Amino acid sequence: MTGLPSDALLLIVKRDCPTCRLIEPAIHELARGPLALTVLSQDDPAFPPGLPVEDGRDLARSHRLGIEIVPTLLRLADGREAGRATGWQRAEWRGLSGLNALGEGLPEARPGCGALNVAPGMPERLRLKLGEVGIASRAIAVAEDDDEMEVAYGFGWTDGLPIVPPTDLRIVRMLAGTGRKPGEVVGLVPPNYLPCTVEKVAINAVMAGCKPEYLPVVLAVLEAALLPIFAMHGLLATMYFSGPVIIVNGPIARAIGMNSGVNALGQGNRANATIGRALQLIIRNVGGGVPGGIDRATLGNPGKYTFCFAEDESDPEWTPLSVARGIPTGRSAVTLFHGDGVTALMDQKSRTADELSRSLAMGLAGVGHPKLAEWANAILVLSPEHYAIFRKSGWRRAEIEAALRRDLMRPGASLLCGAGGVGEGIAPERAAGLVHKFHPDGLLVVRAGGRAGLMSAIIGGWSGGRLVEEVQPVSKEIEL
Amino acid sequence: MSIVMRDPTAEIAPVARPRVKPPASLDGLTVGLLCIGKERSLEFLDRVALRLNERGIVTRRYAKPTHTKKAPVALLQRIATECQVVVEGLAD
Repeated sequence: MTGLPSDALLLIVKRDCPTCRLIEPAIHELARGPLALTVLSQDDPAFPPGLPVEDGRDLARSHRLGIEIVPTLLRLADGREAGRATGWQRAEWRGLSGLNALGEGLPEARPGCGALNVAPGMPERLRLKLGEVGIASRAIAVAEDDDEMEVAYGFGWTDGLPIVPPTDLRIVRMLAGTGRKPGEVVGLVPPNYLPCTVEKVAINAVMAGCKPEYLPVVLAVLEAALLPIFAMHGLLATMYFSGPVIIVNGPIARAIGMNSGVNALGQGNRANATIGRALQLIIRNVGGGVPGGIDRATLGNPGKYTFCFAEDESDPEWTPLSVARGIPTGRSAVTLFHGDGVTALMDQKSRTADELSRSLAMGLAGVGHPKLAEWANAILVLSPEHYAIFRKSGWRRAEIEAALRRDLMRPGASLLCGAGGVGEGIAPERAAGLVHKFHPDGLLVVRAGGRAGLMSAIIGGWSGGRLVEEVQPVSKEIEL
Repeated sequence: MSIVMRDPTAEIAPVARPRVKPPASLDGLTVGLLCIGKERSLEFLDRVALRLNERGIVTRRYAKPTHTKKAPVALLQRIATECQVVVEGLAD
């Protein structure tokens, strides 16, 4: 049963639509015709005047019928929809109604207007109102006199900054950003290893300030963080500075307006800021990871609020980080790294590729401690002006990485514990020969930054990176 | 209009937040005695102070300017900084 009458016409209009007003004479002709006509008005039950009109202001029927444009004329036959015309199309309307002289004197065609049931945000509102979608998470009623921000703080849901209150409407809108079912379990989130559903991800993404179109990225970020080799539990629990650093590659970074240019590692871009924050809120709220609890950072770093940016992929000759790490070209992906703060590497004097590689290696050698080796990983964020020096010499990713590896080899004897009057250093058995600063694949080279500035950035990695069999950066393709 | 938010956590804690547990012992703690500014509050707090001091427990005295208004933020912050336990006095 469809609930629709047989052999009838159903017309959906709104007074606010100029086309609907233009075709008022034709609507009256339909009403006088042989087929029963029901007129459903989305905004004014007195329109069109002089006819019985069904009050459609609750938009429920329009929503169920999937109306996108007004006017829409439906031909019903045997209780089912037998035909549909959107906007004023005289020939089509004549066909549907069987009135061969319908609309004589009116233009042949006029486009309609957007239906109110598909106005921005309205479909989700109607889905909630009509019970088409439900939210399983516990409801927390905020008393009229209470401030929802303070309630969120009171429950300990925030990272110290205000959150966007996760209301049903915002959650349903967020869930529209993915085709995945709200009840699907994405994984077990440390440190408490509790199941996190897509719905919980959406709630925390709302709180972080994400737009629905960021949700696929947030889901991929969480899945990447939960890969055992990323060791999210250890990264959370460490006394070291580090937290997850997220690099986004591929078309989605541009589609959602991520920043890979001026101030790429800084504030001001909504996607950069909120995607990183969403991960931290999920770890906090679902996993139960809070500073002073399992998070035992001695000092931490400001990137633990959020640390997420996109790679500059504007040079077609540059191999993006994701591709270098095995993701097919042209796909969107996230890479997660265990990073602490940003260290500046200023070099305004090197003019050749070799000079610059040696210079960058000097800065990179300081990661963790200048006398430590194969102890932590690092990201080198290569700015456009520094990259231009390499590019002028014909160097791209492979040549730059090879040169840095060459320039990061140091005599073991100079790094031993106690050498140079400094207690810190490597073990005595490594005295002979050369020692590399990083494990193979332990240095991630990424391009980002504004066009001006002969400076690049080093993001040092977690001390857990010394355990190369147990802890590694991860990359994951984004499901779209 | 009141609003409903959805719980972002794994829902292993009850919605009603538990009160902070009182300490098992007052030994070594500083107890703040807050006079709310109403008649005879001081008389009550003097007796509490006497009893606590007899047991070697350190007390500090505070007073709201008036019982008709809530305590000023600066006073609350001072008490939170200087004490671990607070007794509010009222003796009608």
